[in-house]
Amino acid sequence: MSIGVNIQHKIGNLALDVEFHILEPGITALFGPSGSGKTSLINIIAGLEHPNRGHIQIGDHVVFDHTHRINLPARRRRIGYVFQDARLFPHKTVSKNLYFGARRNPAKLPREEQTAILEMLGILPLMGRRPTALSGGEKQRVALGRALLSNPDILLLDEPLSALDHARKQEILPHFEWLRDHRKIPILYVTHAIDEVARLADYMVVMEQGKTLASGSVFEMLGRTDLPPLAGQFDAGTVLPARIASRDPQAEVSFLDCAGQRIVVPYLGRPASDRVRLHIRARDVMIARTAPVGISANNIIPVTISGISNEDGETVDVTLCFGHDADASLLATTSGRPTIHARITNWSAKRLKLGLHQKVFAVIKSVTVDGQLSDHS
Amino acid sequence: MFSLTPAEIEALLLSLRISGVAVLFALPFAILVATALALGRFPGRFILDAVVHLPLILPPVVMGYLLLIGFGTRAPLGAWLHQTFDIRFVFSWTGAALASAIVSFPFQVRAIRLSLENVNPGLYQAAETLGAGPIDRFFSLTLPFALPGIIAGAITAFAASLGEFGAIITFVSNIPGETRTLPLAIYTAIQTPGGELAAARLAALSIGLAFAGLLLSEMVMRQIRKRATA
Repeated sequence: MSIGVNIQHKIGNLALDVEFHILEPGITALFGPSGSGKTSLINIIAGLEHPNRGHIQIGDHVVFDHTHRINLPARRRRIGYVFQDARLFPHKTVSKNLYFGARRNPAKLPREEQTAILEMLGILPLMGRRPTALSGGEKQRVALGRALLSNPDILLLDEPLSALDHARKQEILPHFEWLRDHRKIPILYVTHAIDEVARLADYMVVMEQGKTLASGSVFEMLGRTDLPPLAGQFDAGTVLPARIASRDPQAEVSFLDCAGQRIVVPYLGRPASDRVRLHIRARDVMIARTAPVGISANNIIPVTISGISNEDGETVDVTLCFGHDADASLLATTSGRPTIHARITNWSAKRLKLGLHQKVFAVIKSVTVDGQLSDHS
Repeated sequence: MFSLTPAEIEALLLSLRISGVAVLFALPFAILVATALALGRFPGRFILDAVVHLPLILPPVVMGYLLLIGFGTRAPLGAWLHQTFDIRFVFSWTGAALASAIVSFPFQVRAIRLSLENVNPGLYQAAETLGAGPIDRFFSLTLPFALPGIIAGAITAFAASLGEFGAIITFVSNIPGETRTLPLAIYTAIQTPGGELAAARLAALSIGLAFAGLLLSEMVMRQIRKRATA
């Protein structure tokens, strides 16, 4: 299932000019600061707003084409839309809400698949209730179920967690992971929270002031420091794919393999060779000129400096490429070798006399594995 | 004292029938106009709004006069209706119902519009993304949301119709058994020497009806509120 979007639209002072293509299923994060036009873009894809020019394709269907005067109404676009504010019908029970879309779609999901979705979301006990009697998290789960039961070709999620507190977010996030891993449906996920991107997204479209700045795999995008909406983030960092190499329940640790580099995290309780994703925040990475000894941090990785940005600011972002060998010193950012970022004060950078190609050690204070903070030494 | 004469019972039943028919006849139009005013964005919306509210501020006698001009047997519209459908409004209880419907129309529209304007417009978008077309959305969302307003508006309009005097007497005159509703019967009794007691009886009846209407609407609204929070 592919999605192709190329549209131009003017809304007030904002000129929306967006182009991106997604070729595989998975979660694509539409990421950008508020006011960058994310919600308008997703409304345009849904058919709730109509762009001035452009072309939108969902799977095999062209749903909008300005030159050919194609503009499918929202109800024929086969989309599932989960709004920020749930938008459940207040006069209908949870059950009636859930089947609202399914009843209107001739291409229904098989009964057992419907039940599987309701079971996964844990909303079977709520069926007879009214939306006013639901908590925020329950409402959002029902909204997600309602969209899924309508059997859409694509799922659009507009900041589905932003109205929820931390605990409720943790209640919903695993459901999105389940969707990503078990249903072959492309998901467009609008958010301005980098931790949600790092945990969920496979691809990422970075937006600012109505324009797409860049798009690509989440690993590649989060590793870039030249994208203003990302660089300014408190949570900015890198996401790296890894594999569980071995585990030692006695020592209560798991060993991960990240492109040949061993990473130690607290015991994960998951079998070897399971794939995980690591999120390493730039502010959790320290730099040492020599390998430190007698330190609580578990992960001390030999790295080579491949980039230093924002040298005039209060803090400096240092890009670190894994390894001390010759390849690393060739600034092999293009070789696919993992890189991480360290955010240190300008003063530290000057004190350590950091420079390009320098072989140093990255001391990682904490690693987040699949959204779970796993190492806080 | 409270035994009514047959003529008075006739006036009471006629009033109830005329008001009932007026409210039911106006209801579908009121729902459509209220929906258009609450949710629609179209040119001329302001003018429609003004026209709907006109009966509230126009003297009822003027309303009756306009109806006479429009629906009289020699007026083009009245003649056409008479020839094509054999519908005659002048000097007929149907004319009284038409006058009552128009005069009480704004009460229905306002109440329905009020309940529709409290609805989050995002719900319509949600229904659209789930495959509901305009007519589907009207029946699955608009109508249920309008229900409290429909009921409240119908009761208010019914009560207002019961009291209509000027438009009826101007348009369809004061014919016993045909167009002489309660207010017209009261007026006639006062004009008749020795009719003071009859006038008092009928006035008391009108007051009773008004109270019953208020109580009913209060009860219905309470039920609706209870259901909405359940």
